[in-house]
Amino acid sequence: MRYLLALLIFAVTLLFVAVGWVTSGGLARAEIRSASTPTEAVQALLADVQSHNWDRAYARLANNKDIDRSAFERDLSGSYRSLRTYSSLEGFDVWPIHAASEQAVVRANLHWSTAVGPIDDVRDLKVEHQGSSWKVDWPSPNLPKVPPQVIPVNYLRWDVINRGPEDDWGEQNVDTPQVRIISMNPVERPDRLIILGEIVNEDTVPAYVNVNATLLDQHNAPMSQEGSFDKISHTLLPKQVSPYRIDFPGIKLKQIKSVRMDAKAMLVPASADPVIEVSGQRMNTDALGKKVLSGELLNESGQPVNIAQTLAVFYDSNGKVIWVSDGYIDQALLPQTPVHFAVDLPDDVAAKVQNYHVTVNHYSSGNS
Amino acid sequence: MRHTFVFFILLLLSELSLTGARAADLHPPKQVTAGNGFSIATTGNGDATFYLVGPSDRAKQTVRLGNAIEVAADDVRTAGRYIATVCGSDGCASSAFYVVAAAPAQLSFLVHPSRVPVSAKDAISAVAFVFDKFHNLVLQPVKVDFNVAVKDAPAISRSLPTSNGVAWIRLNATRKGGPAQVVASIGSISEHRVVQQVASDACNLRIKATRKGNSVAVETETVRDCSGNPVPDGTVVTFTATDAKGKTTVDAPIKRGTARVQMPLTGGATISVASGVAMGNEVRIGGTP
Repeated sequence: MRYLLALLIFAVTLLFVAVGWVTSGGLARAEIRSASTPTEAVQALLADVQSHNWDRAYARLANNKDIDRSAFERDLSGSYRSLRTYSSLEGFDVWPIHAASEQAVVRANLHWSTAVGPIDDVRDLKVEHQGSSWKVDWPSPNLPKVPPQVIPVNYLRWDVINRGPEDDWGEQNVDTPQVRIISMNPVERPDRLIILGEIVNEDTVPAYVNVNATLLDQHNAPMSQEGSFDKISHTLLPKQVSPYRIDFPGIKLKQIKSVRMDAKAMLVPASADPVIEVSGQRMNTDALGKKVLSGELLNESGQPVNIAQTLAVFYDSNGKVIWVSDGYIDQALLPQTPVHFAVDLPDDVAAKVQNYHVTVNHYSSGNS
Repeated sequence: MRHTFVFFILLLLSELSLTGARAADLHPPKQVTAGNGFSIATTGNGDATFYLVGPSDRAKQTVRLGNAIEVAADDVRTAGRYIATVCGSDGCASSAFYVVAAAPAQLSFLVHPSRVPVSAKDAISAVAFVFDKFHNLVLQPVKVDFNVAVKDAPAISRSLPTSNGVAWIRLNATRKGGPAQVVASIGSISEHRVVQQVASDACNLRIKATRKGNSVAVETETVRDCSGNPVPDGTVVTFTATDAKGKTTVDAPIKRGTARVQMPLTGGATISVASGVAMGNEVRIGGTP
């Protein structure tokens, strides 16, 4: 009787493990691992990447003799404390683009879950038929390596000493910076109202800025309040201009009578370094058929930028701000190493765009 | 806590007794200067207890009615209304008097803003509060001398009387950038503050561009405002180059008066410059590398 109970508990445990394996997609993974089609080969590879099984993922590569294993891992898991290092592959969609008897091209849309929200990464992967199964010909990771060198950096840095608690109340303090909203434009989209515009730091000291908007209804009563959150360059150097964007989900333009704007500024220590060049900016269409503004970022400083965010402002023929897009770069910006970026915008807006400007927010470990 | 309660009750009694019948009488001076001891004449006879309650001072002593009560200088340091109460065997009597601020000894000087664009009208506000050595606001009119000194410019001086302890002045920023020393003084007492007069927006922003192979070096002339003051280092200048490959933008800070960048170039390009809301000139670079 005693052994019967033990056996029963063991059997129930096994049953639970089996149910867990099936519900977590174990059957699907087992099917994928057989890799009898190009799509299954890519799915199998990405399933291993998702479960951080780098050895098995590496073994699935058709060209693993040409690729260093650690480089392959760094290509997908990130390095230099970039955004990718704070990400995990949440899911992926795979579909064939072209297939022949020995070679195929499969498009994979990788859905990354990151510290700043979801990011999609679309890759076209070559797949080869080797023996009885298909294997992925992974593009050789082009991981930047900065040669040893000394880069002199002598840009300005601003430090702030504020009035201390022991000082007399009449003691002079340093004033907060003067900032000004230079444009504001409400744009109605099917699911939301968006307040777009630009803000300038008019002062000679750096400012930490934030823009808030309050929507007033027909009776001038506040109906909703939102802030720009990360859709702004918070740290503005003297005379620097930043776009901002404030979203009000579920609100229509006809519901509001006016908008109360509030720009808050604080004096903060800052550095004029790094300077980031944004080159090759052009409007085009990406692999998924979306309108995008793409280009390259070049960190002209001597220090890696761990996480970069591009903010693009789009103007119509009258110079009015009609859209603001942003996108995070999932790899670090190493000194003097170009990194591709793209931000998307709605097709109907893209048709009206006459000009655009891109600014870059940067976060480096140890700096704000 | 218990003492506070006792004084509160006393204060209440004395306020009531100010309008009620008196067993003894007190004759304090109507006005006393803060920090100066004085005497209060009394009538009546016998022993009594004397209480003095002020805005932030209080005192208690045993006195003999009919003799003058000596109030120590330390008991009347705070300006305001005081109530003197004497309680003898026949009851209590109270009388109120005022302590006014002593001679000016301190200045609290507020100058705003700490930075001001050059040539701004009525942009600097200077406010002086006059206090005695016990931090009482001196309400009697006192003449305050304001002096503004800017390097290589004549100083501006004005004397203004205080009104209810405050004197203020509004000043224009000069056309020349640099620190302005703002001083308020009463006799030998003075306080000084510094207002940075900073350059305004860039004016006549001009660039020159030189092709260097597949790139172009762009540099501004010394960036100045419309009064000719150099715009401070660190001010951001935005360079934009448009060539066959698209648009390139760089936000470069001014360093030693000028901003410079090197941008990639494919064929010919149009290069423009801006700083904040001020636009500069535009240059075209030919297509030959």
